[in-house]
Amino acid sequence: MTTILVLVEHQNGVAKRASLEALGAANALGGTTVAVLFGAGAADAAKTLGAARALTVDLDAWSPDRAAATIAEAIAAHSATGFLAASTSTGRDVAPRVAALCDVPLYSDCTALAAGANGVEITRPWLAGKLIAKLAPSSAIVVATLRRNCFALAEEGAPEVESLAPVGEPKATLTNVEAKAGGKLDVAEAAVVVSGGRGMKEPEHFHLIEELAAAFGNAAVGASRAVVDAGWRPHAEQVGQTGKTVSPQLYIAVGISGAIQHLAGMKTSATIVAINKDADAPIFKLADFGIVGDAFEILPALTEAVKAARAEG
Amino acid sequence: MKIVACVKRVPTTDLKPQVGSDGKSLGTAGIQYEVSFYDERAVEEAVKQKEQHGGEVTVLSLGSPSGTKELRECLAKGADEAVVLVDEDWSLRDNLATAKALAAKIEELGADLVLTGRVATDRDNAAVGPMLATLLGYACVTDVVELTIDGTSGTAKREAEGGVETYAFSLPAVITCQKDLNEPRHAGLKGIMAAKKKPLTEAEANTPPNQSEVLSLELPPERPAGRIVGEGAAAVPALIDALRNEAKVL
Ligand SMILES: Cc1cc2nc3c(=O)[nH]c(=O)nc-3n(C[C@H](O)[C@H](O)[C@H](O)COP(=O)(O)OP(=O)(O)OC[C@H]3O[C@@H](n4cnc5c(N)ncnc54)[C@H](O)[C@@H]3O)c2cc1C
Ligand SMILES: Nc1ncnc2c1ncn2[C@@H]1O[C@H](COP(=O)(O)O)[C@@H](O)[C@H]1O
Repeated sequence: MTTILVLVEHQNGVAKRASLEALGAANALGGTTVAVLFGAGAADAAKTLGAARALTVDLDAWSPDRAAATIAEAIAAHSATGFLAASTSTGRDVAPRVAALCDVPLYSDCTALAAGANGVEITRPWLAGKLIAKLAPSSAIVVATLRRNCFALAEEGAPEVESLAPVGEPKATLTNVEAKAGGKLDVAEAAVVVSGGRGMKEPEHFHLIEELAAAFGNAAVGASRAVVDAGWRPHAEQVGQTGKTVSPQLYIAVGISGAIQHLAGMKTSATIVAINKDADAPIFKLADFGIVGDAFEILPALTEAVKAARAEG
Repeated sequence: MKIVACVKRVPTTDLKPQVGSDGKSLGTAGIQYEVSFYDERAVEEAVKQKEQHGGEVTVLSLGSPSGTKELRECLAKGADEAVVLVDEDWSLRDNLATAKALAAKIEELGADLVLTGRVATDRDNAAVGPMLATLLGYACVTDVVELTIDGTSGTAKREAEGGVETYAFSLPAVITCQKDLNEPRHAGLKGIMAAKKKPLTEAEANTPPNQSEVLSLELPPERPAGRIVGEGAAAVPALIDALRNEAKVL
């Protein structure tokens, strides 16, 4: 019987959705799933996880190297054959270190894992999703991060919770976090993303994008590189090959032409809407639904219509 | 301060890739190469830190000796020397094998500060930087947007999902560079001339074997064709209808 460890991130005592997907992926592979949680609130978040066991680790200050050392030791202690984390900024920070400690490569941002006759088969994008690779690891331990919205959530459970002491001395320690203004949703996490490009003409016009996002309730604002480079929007909002890869339920591109590097970051979105005054803009080739026309005329009307539709329920 | 900037040659980001005839490899026709986007930031940061604190910048790449044009560019932008770890299979190596080959050379060079890209834009691993640090026993901060070195310690700001995190660490350290860290300079004519005289040496790579096999490589499935629902604000009701009844997202 195999054992898979899963990093479960949590906030205010509640496990993150992306981590529940990672747990779901581990459970789907069969065997025993062991969740690992760090920091304050870990015990609360662990209670209902769909895992056989949960290890809670008390770290006085977050340190990715110490977290990785602790996980690697737990992998050895449980004779685990796998370690999974969500492809979040924390997961992507910790997982390569765990892989190196286990002397195996990392499979980043996987979109599928399948149990085959000779171990797991891994599916992951290459070249920002322009190619899909299937890989067969030959190592005894497999370490992977999983893309959001690709794996079914784990069902709830009642794991045996056990606390674990952290390992080693921290080499880099978190000393401060400047939270995003107004606790705004990150583009990578949001179910709906409304992105604006150079077609918005001026940074002052982005309030139209923000209002449409607000009308959806669960939306984040995204941006093309053109407007990030122009200093209109922060890089944290950039979608694309040199920004974030997003895969929301709904992606709305407004005044974005659809350059290959932008498409690389959003083309796996479930539904894509494009608003552009140029009927020949490449974005329309990818969009499920498009409106040709002036964003300044369409956005206010669309915002009102979304509000009305949501009020109707 | 001894600074090493790790640089990978990757296909340009506008590549429309083809799968090779074996169904497992990237077709080589029409590929143009460039220094990976974030590695340009690694080189820029190395040169900036050298300008501030003194020292020497070595550009290190696991690659082929036929592809050194990109390394000359790094020398033209202010690096002092470049070392190619010669491995004809460099582009097929997995991230741990790559990190091990680079780590062995860094150990030999003895670095205070190692700069890498946040991610190489070919395989999108975002692994080699933190792996190097783990193998070498160095501190590591990833996705860095601001770096301050003060004597033998430093602080780095990291772009995370919830906001910006600040980390404190001691040298030696590996820093992986995010876009906002700096704006890479252009190489001036003087730099280009100077680069011709700077050492660009080849060394043996000793890359360990991969721990995985590529089963297949495919183009992603095409999205089903969409449609234009209409023009201007008059099309809004049709869009709302499609979002509600077809996409079921409203
Ligand atoms: C190495 C590299 C990496 C890159 N990485 C990224 C990346 O991560 N993300 C990214 O986005 N780009 C990236 N790019 C840049 C990319 O190639 C494009 O330049 C960029 O995406 C263009 O942004 P845009 O669509 O906002 O602007 P444009 O291409 O200028 O398009 C503006 C669009 O707005 C439309 N428009 C104008 N006025 C209106 C109006 N009133 N109403 C409606 N529509 C209007 C126009 O018809 C046009 O289609 C990268 C490029 C390189 C070389
Ligand atoms: N073959 C290589 N030669 C030199 N540096 C590399 C190589 N591969 C990766 N790197 C460095 O590691 C970073 C992350 O790469 P990756 O883990 O492949 O996304 C890159 O941005 C480079 O700085």
